[in-house]
Amino acid sequence: MSDNPSAEPAHTSFTFSYRQSLLLVFCCTLFGGVAQYLFKLGTTQAFQAFQAGGVNWIALCTDYPLWAGLSCYGISTLLMVLALRDGELSLLYPVISLTYVWVMFLSVLLLHEPLTFWKVGGVTLICGGVALLGMNGKKAAQ
Amino acid sequence: MKTPMSSVLLVLLASFIGSFGAVFLKWGAGSVSRNLKTILLNWRLAMGVALYLFSTVFYLMALRQGELSLLFPMVSLGYVWTLLWSKLFFGEPFSRRKIAGLALIFAGLILLNHGRG
Repeated sequence: MSDNPSAEPAHTSFTFSYRQSLLLVFCCTLFGGVAQYLFKLGTTQAFQAFQAGGVNWIALCTDYPLWAGLSCYGISTLLMVLALRDGELSLLYPVISLTYVWVMFLSVLLLHEPLTFWKVGGVTLICGGVALLGMNGKKAAQ
Repeated sequence: MKTPMSSVLLVLLASFIGSFGAVFLKWGAGSVSRNLKTILLNWRLAMGVALYLFSTVFYLMALRQGELSLLFPMVSLGYVWTLLWSKLFFGEPFSRRKIAGLALIFAGLILLNHGRG
């Protein structure tokens, strides 16, 4: 792309090291997990606001968990975009699977959902699958 | 709280709609340049974002009833759709690794649904 290999990438005035990218993705999964928990808390009120033939704007606007969840989701997406800009997809993708782990923790601890063999097994397989798909990105990029 | 089949179906529908959001973003991203107009006046990008928002509504509807620890991982079906569309619409090749990844995700989804009781 650039004539000078040591020059900074043209797309940005600053870059993240691999460690910084890893930290960004880690924070992205934390925000992503908390967002899911907040969505679950806020969703009932959100849909109650749409009942009885109209929109109850007060109920919708005061659905704080929903808005907090959407904010966390936005922050999480932003962190991921920043991390993926400079970091290698194959190394960062397995970390993204951590979101599943955080959601499982939060569901069991705060929502008192049962932890079962089927859930742990299913989520483990899905994490493995997501990591495998991410590794593909590395091969394609090289 | 038992997770009803209706919630599972809503999550699967949300993942399906969301995967088309990615298709439109990819389609629209091709004509993006440094000029802000190429982003803001890009109907394909706008369509992609709209589809993502639309899929979120279905996901939130699904979350009303059922367990988060079961429904959230099921969103990963979106990866399966996305790979399918990448092949169909953009001619991106399947590789053994991709197929293995999809198989693992699929197996995980079957386990999760089996554990729904």
